[in-house]
Amino acid sequence: MANSRALPAHARLRSGRLGPLWDLFFRFGPLGWSHYIRSHWAGQRLVIAIPFLWLLVFFVVPFLIVLNISFAEWAPLSRPPYEPVLRWLEDGALQVKLVFASYTYLLHEPLYVSAWLYSIKVAAISTLFCLLIGYPMAYAIARSEPSVRNIYLMLIILPFWTSFLLRVYAWIGLLKNDGVINQFLMWLGVIDSPLTMMNTSFAVYIGIVYSYLPFMILPLYSNLEKHDQTLLEAASDLGAGPVRSFLRVTLPLSIPGIVAGSLLVFIPAVGEYVIPSLLGRTDQLMIAKLLADEFFMNRDWPRASAVATVMLLLLIVPIMIFQHFQNKELAAAKK
Amino acid sequence: MTEQRRNDKKLEPWRDPRAEPYIRFENVTKRFGDFTAVNNVSLKIYRGEIFCLLGGSGCGKSTLLRMMAGFESVSGGNIFLDGQDMADIPPYERPVNMMFQSYALFPHMTVEKNVAFGLEQEKLSQSEIASRVSDMLEIVQLGQFAARKPHQLSGGQRQRVALARSLVKRPKLLLLDEPLGALDKKLREHTQFELINIQEQLGVTFIVVTHDQEEAMTLASRIGVMNRGEIVQVGTPTEIYEFPTSKFVADFIGSVNMFEGVLIEDLPDHVRIQSNELGGVVYVDHGISAAPGAVVWAAIRPEKINILRTPPPDVRENCVRGVVKEIAYMGDVSTYLVKIDTDKIVRVTLPNIERLSDDERILWDETVYLTWHSSSPIVISQ
Repeated sequence: MANSRALPAHARLRSGRLGPLWDLFFRFGPLGWSHYIRSHWAGQRLVIAIPFLWLLVFFVVPFLIVLNISFAEWAPLSRPPYEPVLRWLEDGALQVKLVFASYTYLLHEPLYVSAWLYSIKVAAISTLFCLLIGYPMAYAIARSEPSVRNIYLMLIILPFWTSFLLRVYAWIGLLKNDGVINQFLMWLGVIDSPLTMMNTSFAVYIGIVYSYLPFMILPLYSNLEKHDQTLLEAASDLGAGPVRSFLRVTLPLSIPGIVAGSLLVFIPAVGEYVIPSLLGRTDQLMIAKLLADEFFMNRDWPRASAVATVMLLLLIVPIMIFQHFQNKELAAAKK
Repeated sequence: MTEQRRNDKKLEPWRDPRAEPYIRFENVTKRFGDFTAVNNVSLKIYRGEIFCLLGGSGCGKSTLLRMMAGFESVSGGNIFLDGQDMADIPPYERPVNMMFQSYALFPHMTVEKNVAFGLEQEKLSQSEIASRVSDMLEIVQLGQFAARKPHQLSGGQRQRVALARSLVKRPKLLLLDEPLGALDKKLREHTQFELINIQEQLGVTFIVVTHDQEEAMTLASRIGVMNRGEIVQVGTPTEIYEFPTSKFVADFIGSVNMFEGVLIEDLPDHVRIQSNELGGVVYVDHGISAAPGAVVWAAIRPEKINILRTPPPDVRENCVRGVVKEIAYMGDVSTYLVKIDTDKIVRVTLPNIERLSDDERILWDETVYLTWHSSSPIVISQ
């Protein structure tokens, strides 16, 4: 008795009447699994596995489906299921059937090229303005008293508490011909007739910069907040005035924050659908609008999938190359 | 303690009343809200000095240094450098450079770029900058590390980059904030002498802030001891150690045994102090300026006390009996804590000159007699 008490719990169970059953349970049951996971999957790998799994299920698999559809043949009023690209034939041969019609169409139809270039232009200019507006704000917050910093950050995030769609609609009320801004300017006497702001590129810039500004400010803030103030003192001590100190010390050290913020604004801005649909030009589409039209108006799924695939590749590949070099540099800087 | 240039009169300009001070702090005060960090400090520092500001943390020494560099405004008083009032001059226009405690090297620049930074602000030609940078890196022996980034260097190398960067502009005055604080003991000792060599080579005036008295003793031509925002004593390392003017300084620099007593005899060539704490009379072979009957303290350094196993014959003053309570062997010296008859613990340090066998050695609980020379006690009246 005294002996068995000294044994660990699972050993005591195994020596009992239902020993063989417990034995099986411990060897193959959930406890055995957790042991397996613990010994073969360190905590870090397990933690990383969760987002990877998420990406696999909700990004890679759907993307492969889209890729598959983009290579399918189009027929009027065609709808899924589409023929798979890869198929085992009856005689055991592997059939690969790629129809490039949708892709060649994209290249030959200037509408797509111009929509693509316009999207890149809008996203790039919006990112630039987000940076120009967001940098001073992030800098000011990072330099403010710690007690008020959280309040400022709260104010940055505050707009998220109302619906995104609602906020874009609100801009219509401000920008339209008889909107608040035009009426105010006419009341002041600055202008005689209303300015056309709705359905222009300008309105799209306003909408995107307004909506995505927090995504620029937050990564910039978290970078600037960590800067060592003695570096600026050192620069000042060595004869650099405030402007030169900023250009030579603060700005180069904040590049990771600028890159992170710019990517967070630029990528979704390229594929922005709601803002250009509600505020933008009707004669010049952005790529996301075109994509949606292909799906829902033309019902041409292969072509829409081809647009989606090209859009993804043209965005992701340069960004991944860029990130690769960025990471290398970061790793070198850290040691 | 090494003694730098002790007897060289021309390097002791503070002894010459006609000498023009290079830096003058005049009634300098700094307040942060209700807190007075620096209180009415007046100081004169001369060209070519290594002046150490020594004090515990929060004594105001770093604030004083930062005011000199221009990072902190002055709440009251004036700072003059070479006769020029520094009040309205921003840090980037002062002919002063600082070596930061954290070194504050620019992490995104190579060693070379770090050192060149200051020169690039001066509109010098590229070739001039390059030659001065490489000369400076030669002086601090970092020539082959020019292309490295700070994070690829050891602590000692970073310290030398920081030094090179602050010296390359040939400042009139170099401020050093705990320059050796981040180095280990061996490297620190080595670097101290390197610093002195570089200082002599370039003839720059140094103001060094440190909390480490050994560092101050080694580096300084003079030390200013600070306490609670005030300068409590200024003097050469020897003066500070051998002739502290207050209980604070005596206690802060090195260790000391302090005996409170009453002045019973006050003659120009000697004084006698009756101390109940000691249980006897302290005889001092020099006169002091205090009224008879005044309460004073006799301070005796542990290394100036001798331990005898038998009572010395015919001696009644400067001698006290006690029991050894604690012995700490530290290799070069041993420290003994002796409980004298009045129950006060006296600290005595003796050099281990000979290898003694067990029965020759002084042991725990042994009754011993402590004596000292009549020149050893310092009489402190405040």
